[in-house]
Amino acid sequence: MSTLTDLTLAQARDKLKSREISSRELTEAHIVAMEDARDLNAFITETPEHALTMADAADARIKDEQNGDKIGPIEGIPVAIKDLYCTEGVQTTAASHILEGFKPQYESTVTANMWKAGGVMLGKTNLDEFAMGSSNETSYFGNVISPWRRTDDNAGQIVPGGSSGGSASAVAARIAIAATGTDTGGSIRQPASFVGIVGMKPTYGRCSRWGIVAFASSLDQPGPMTRTVRDSAILLQAMAGHDPKDSTSVNQPLPDFEAALTGDIKGLKIGIPREYRMDGMASEIDDLWKQGVKWLEDAGATCVEISLPHTKYALPAYYIVAPAEASSNLARYDGVRYGLRVDGDSLEEMYEATRGEGFGDEVQRRVLIGTYVLSAGYYDAYYLKAQKVRTRIAEDFRNAFEQVDAILTPTAPSAAFAAGEKGDDPIAMYLNDIFTVPASMAGLPGISVPAGLSADGLPLGLQVLGNAFDEETVFRVGSVLEQAAAFDARPAKWWGDKS
Amino acid sequence: MSDTVKAPEPQLIQGATGDWEIVLGLEIHAQVVSNAKLFSGAATEFGAEPNTQVSLVDAAMPGMLPVINEVVVEQAVRTGLGLKAQINNYSVFDRKNYFYPDLPQGYQISQFSQPIVGEGIVHVELADGSVREVGVERLHLEQDAGKSVHDLHPQQTYVDLNRSGVALMEIVSKPDMRSAEEAAAYVRKIRSILRYLGTCDGNMEQGSMRADVNVSVRKPGDDLGTRAEIKNVNSLRFIQQAIDYEAQRQVDIIEDGGAIKQETRLFDAGSGTTRAMRSKEEAHDYRYFPDPDLLPLEFDDAFVARIKADLPELPDDKMDRFQAELGLSHYDAGVLVAEREIADYFEVVANGRDAKIAANWVSGNLFGLLNKDGTAITDSPVTAEQLGGLLDLMADGTISGKIAKDVFEDMFATGKDAATIVDEKGLKQVSDTGAIETMVDEVMAANQDKVEEYRGGKDKLMGFFVGQVMKASKGQANPGVVNQILKNKLSG
Repeated sequence: MSTLTDLTLAQARDKLKSREISSRELTEAHIVAMEDARDLNAFITETPEHALTMADAADARIKDEQNGDKIGPIEGIPVAIKDLYCTEGVQTTAASHILEGFKPQYESTVTANMWKAGGVMLGKTNLDEFAMGSSNETSYFGNVISPWRRTDDNAGQIVPGGSSGGSASAVAARIAIAATGTDTGGSIRQPASFVGIVGMKPTYGRCSRWGIVAFASSLDQPGPMTRTVRDSAILLQAMAGHDPKDSTSVNQPLPDFEAALTGDIKGLKIGIPREYRMDGMASEIDDLWKQGVKWLEDAGATCVEISLPHTKYALPAYYIVAPAEASSNLARYDGVRYGLRVDGDSLEEMYEATRGEGFGDEVQRRVLIGTYVLSAGYYDAYYLKAQKVRTRIAEDFRNAFEQVDAILTPTAPSAAFAAGEKGDDPIAMYLNDIFTVPASMAGLPGISVPAGLSADGLPLGLQVLGNAFDEETVFRVGSVLEQAAAFDARPAKWWGDKS
Repeated sequence: MSDTVKAPEPQLIQGATGDWEIVLGLEIHAQVVSNAKLFSGAATEFGAEPNTQVSLVDAAMPGMLPVINEVVVEQAVRTGLGLKAQINNYSVFDRKNYFYPDLPQGYQISQFSQPIVGEGIVHVELADGSVREVGVERLHLEQDAGKSVHDLHPQQTYVDLNRSGVALMEIVSKPDMRSAEEAAAYVRKIRSILRYLGTCDGNMEQGSMRADVNVSVRKPGDDLGTRAEIKNVNSLRFIQQAIDYEAQRQVDIIEDGGAIKQETRLFDAGSGTTRAMRSKEEAHDYRYFPDPDLLPLEFDDAFVARIKADLPELPDDKMDRFQAELGLSHYDAGVLVAEREIADYFEVVANGRDAKIAANWVSGNLFGLLNKDGTAITDSPVTAEQLGGLLDLMADGTISGKIAKDVFEDMFATGKDAATIVDEKGLKQVSDTGAIETMVDEVMAANQDKVEEYRGGKDKLMGFFVGQVMKASKGQANPGVVNQILKNKLSG
């Protein structure tokens, strides 16, 4: 059975198509792995019956040869869904007490696309509450644990990053072949880097946000989390597409992402932004970055230094824009129509009690920040200023992409850290997103590819950024990095049944 | 307007310290005529069972997103054109944030700094014929809230979300009005324009049109005073009552040495007074910011031109035409254009007929019966074509004006055509001189004494003879012919 859970999406797809394996056996193997890995707390809701029903339906479609051309691109593949995506009839919590028990009557556009493409849902993965966090320590349903451990500390729990930490751990621990994440300031790429998998944030507007619990509407973007770049391309193909129900979804033709993986980057120009070389950055991060430059040059690309002068303002501006939008987006959780209600003697008391109990500390912190920066007298100094910074950051990238085809950076300033290590210091936590946030602010696509291990044996990722709607170049460069890095480390199994 | 007219005199309040001038500005909220809401596909019909016209978007379920309804955009542009206002090809939707149970999103999507329609002009005519030019500051689109129902349970409030997300146009005037009468006339005029355009049904009772009234007072010539805003007044009478009360209240406070607080007030229809709702200090901080779920609203000039080409004739233009081309009086024209349905009815009646007679019949006989019956012109039992048919029978001498009035009452009661009633009741006017001569001879033979008296000089008896002949003819004899024959025979 264990070999079935080691299959990549592309391998499983081919074996399913040739009927070497069935979706039911593939799915059953992953259900066993999921139940065996509860120590990781990667799932808020497991849906094994759901999965088997979907697997049998997939098997039936594959078996019916006349329907051969109707077999979807991810037919029969068991995947995990971040619990921010609304799934019809299946509890959707955003990892918040305030939505505990909420069962939507509707299916998000992205997951609906995936089920149409043949996908099989294993369950709903844990995350930072309302996707607010970089370590998956803010979930009402408990921390997600990374399958990785430091080489010198066999017992210490490591965080998987966040906010898509449950999806990251599930894919890294071979519980799910692939998973969905959402990325607002790095929530797909940073956890991918922390657990040694591939995380892709598409261009803003490439995937529909309809039916995904909103954190910061102008930044949120769904994307795939997989173990290979090819899998990432296949899954994005199944997720993406224009959706008239989302006004910010873009009506652009969907390229064949997998076909973009030519392995040929000869003649491409890769930008190396000098502002990403930060004081006090761990030398192993810098070394890996230099190694990445060498890999790309060896493959025939030219790396040139570029400048993105407003980089240092991106993080502060992000921590104004995102909380501002969040403070408004989360106003609907008021105890009136669905989710948690804590009664009070007056309407105000009911609101205060419901939101006070329903939201955790980090969510409350961001709602407060967001409310503050939008308040009369502060709006111009904070929100408006941050929007101007955002425009400048986008201009920086626009200028850069006039000279280069893609940009190479580290994904995160460090390897994963231990649980509780940064819990007291929100600013230190926010710094995790320093390399991922600028592209989010500009709405650009980016991928994190596992590229090496830190001195204490934890994965490190490199990030490739591309121009708007040029995911193809991002995938192509990412896959060349992937081949050169030949990252084959995997976490030693310490959880569940060790036999 | 083509007439050269004078501006109205301001309505002054006599205070202890002299005269005070009332300054008024209005914000009219008009529900846009559209089958669907501003950002969702849910229906908008009035009077449906609570919470039956609510989409996932209107209930603000997690992950739901707004998508602009293009019909509503067209309606807003159409209204802007009708108000002769600046159309903004680029506008922005903002979120107005506040908590209330009937506001599911926790914010209202509105337009704050960049509305779809800018400045315009409305001409408002008062009873004395004077005309005030009232500036429109802007028109923007926004979502309506749901309805909180407090009286179904002693401790709990129920929420009906049928209205949640319904598209409203907020039309903001400049502080250009100086009397309660002007304010009411302005609302009436806006209502008329919107109804001509088909962009709002103007039904104030059902809440599809309501107004916030900004009231301040000042000594004539002074700068603007501090204003109070009276929220959600939903009839013309209440608007006038609220203004009269509020202006007097402000004068009293100032003359007592007090100062007016900038605040939001509520009108209490029962007592005819206003009371404070919240002051500026406790006012919400709405934390407006552009809605990140929506792109800026953009359209090209061709879109506007297409709507413009389809605009109906508006009341001011119609009024001019009725006077200039149909020869109606200013007063008659004004009565007939006030409502589009009346004007449409009149134009069918007047088509190919004497316009003045048509105007008299519509605004006299028809309105008389409609008012008595409490029936709207759209439900009139006599159609415009039928009334036209009646006028034709009068014009060709088939019936007299007097008979016509009776026939019209029959038409109103039965819905039958005039010709049918005239035929059925044998009311055709007799102009046949032979038949009338016979009747005259009979009347003279039966009243020999009166004939002698007449011939003896008692001219007044002419009326008696005419009456007798008309009676004999059951009112159908042509009175002119009867007169002529009587005169000849009596003098013979």
